[in-house]
Amino acid sequence: MNAAVSQSASPVELKPRPEAQAVPEPQTKATPALSFDGVTKRFANRTATPFTAVEGLSFDIAPGEFVSIVGPSGCGKSTVLNMTAGLDRPTEGRVALNGEAVTGPNVHVGFMLQKDLLLPWRSILRNVEFGLEARPIGKAERRERALRELARCRLQDFAHHYPFQLSGGMRQRAALARTLAIQPDVVLLDEPFSALDAQTKLLLQRSFARTIHASGVTTLLITHDLSEAVAMSDRILVMSERPGRIVEEMDLDLPHRDDPIARQALPRAREAIAHLFQSLHLAEREA
Amino acid sequence: MTSSKAAAHPGPVPVVAPPGTETVRLAWASSLALPAATLLVAVLVLVAWQYLPPALGVPRFIIPTMTDMAAEMGRMWRQEDLLTHLLSTASMAAIGFVAGGILGAGCGYALGLSPLWEKVLSPYILALQIAPKVAFAPLFIMWFGYNAWPKLIVTVLVVFFPILVNVLQSMKTTDRDLVNLARAYSMTRAQIFWKVLFPASMPNLLAGLRIGATLAVIGVTVGELVGGSIGLGYLITYGEGQANTAMVFDAIVLLTVIGIALYWMVAAAEARILHYLPKVAG
Ligand SMILES: Nc1ncnc2c1ncn2[C@@H]1O[C@H](COP(=O)(O)OP(=O)(O)O)[C@@H](O)[C@H]1O
Ligand SMILES: [Mg+2]
Repeated sequence: MNAAVSQSASPVELKPRPEAQAVPEPQTKATPALSFDGVTKRFANRTATPFTAVEGLSFDIAPGEFVSIVGPSGCGKSTVLNMTAGLDRPTEGRVALNGEAVTGPNVHVGFMLQKDLLLPWRSILRNVEFGLEARPIGKAERRERALRELARCRLQDFAHHYPFQLSGGMRQRAALARTLAIQPDVVLLDEPFSALDAQTKLLLQRSFARTIHASGVTTLLITHDLSEAVAMSDRILVMSERPGRIVEEMDLDLPHRDDPIARQALPRAREAIAHLFQSLHLAEREA
Repeated sequence: MTSSKAAAHPGPVPVVAPPGTETVRLAWASSLALPAATLLVAVLVLVAWQYLPPALGVPRFIIPTMTDMAAEMGRMWRQEDLLTHLLSTASMAAIGFVAGGILGAGCGYALGLSPLWEKVLSPYILALQIAPKVAFAPLFIMWFGYNAWPKLIVTVLVVFFPILVNVLQSMKTTDRDLVNLARAYSMTRAQIFWKVLFPASMPNLLAGLRIGATLAVIGVTVGELVGGSIGLGYLITYGEGQANTAMVFDAIVLLTVIGIALYWMVAAAEARILHYLPKVAG
């Protein structure tokens, strides 16, 4: 069953996790932009045994790489994001950005969520400036950078609109502009498309893919949408149910990273989705 | 299924659609019809007030007619120094409202920033919130004497709690993800407060102020009723002593006008401050 997909002309390079650890990975020598090293996160609760959200996570993301994490809901994907952003500390193990351990919120990461988190009382331009206001840069430069980022996200005509005047897709683009304005080394996207209708979603995925491709920023996308992961990333990490572990890693090596709509039309992309589908055992499971 | 409509316009289409001519004409018609209907109700009530009680044989010292009240208003203006009383009550209500608002909002933000104190004090806040504050008025008179302080303190107390509770509510319910976003941008606690929590509390603060504006008049009135020698509340007790119902009615009308003026000022401020919220119909 599984073999049928990963035969000779396999579009995907499979790396079942246990073996991958035995063989040193043929990664680039450069320091990874983001690395998780044996990270476990437990949450204290009222019972004696703490709740383990994720366990023994180890992975590296190279600079400029676009990696997606897929997994069932509740498997700890957002926990991974919080630990990368420095909002939460791992219970065990180490999270590092450019080789430096993450000890708290820092200037290297920008994140965005399913909710746009735009401040409703600020114009779009002032929202994009928001992240820069904690930085020691002048007002004029802040404005200039915000305007540049808005232009990159094709929102320059809406700079002086308020969030309620924009559609859901435009609001997410504004949130991406705000995220990129701080010029982060790593961008974390936590299901940024899941609150949108199917059509807006496709267009926004393409818009994001272009913008991210043009900026060359390292990106970690968290999603439960398998086709989205295949359409947008260089590599996919599959997480298991609770406690979250990485059960599989998939190198996509597909063209059109800047155009998910074109990529989704490729037969190899469909095969990759089918393979992911199987590795999550979706066929045998119930809701 | 609500999103299906948005799917029809995937491009950059702002939500605000230009109104069609049909809706314009409808809006224009109703924009005149509604105030006209409201005015008609007022006229009907005033006419009924003028002619119904006499027709039913109700004596004028029980329910004075409109013309009696107007005449009494003129007499009070000339002989009872009405302007002084009116200004005294209006200024006391305004001062009490502002002071109670600042104190209530200040305590709301302070408690919102220190969850520990909030937990420690919350039962007392609840108890004080439920306690009828105006009932303290005689106590304050015994403590502070027959001067402006008792009514001012009652007003401040009455205004304080709804504003405190509203602000505190906002501080506790502001989206944690918004705060986390600010944290992720390495903002300090002060920056998070001034850039996120404080502006996010504006709708709640203004709702509290709106309630406070109406309560302020009640606070002052009770203070003046219980132990004053000036103000519209005093005129009410004075009129009662003289069995002058027209005077009592007139004082009540003027108190209502003060309340409406305060409320209207808050509503006007609210319309300016909350311009970023999508307008609700009406
Ligand atoms: N602060 C927390 N305290 C306790 N449990 C938490 C906390 N944050 C997340 N969890 C739990 O950890 C698990 C993983 O959560 P999350 O990372 O949000 O999952 P996902 O994003 O994959 O849906 C969930 O079961 C959630 O209930
Ligand atoms: Mg999540």
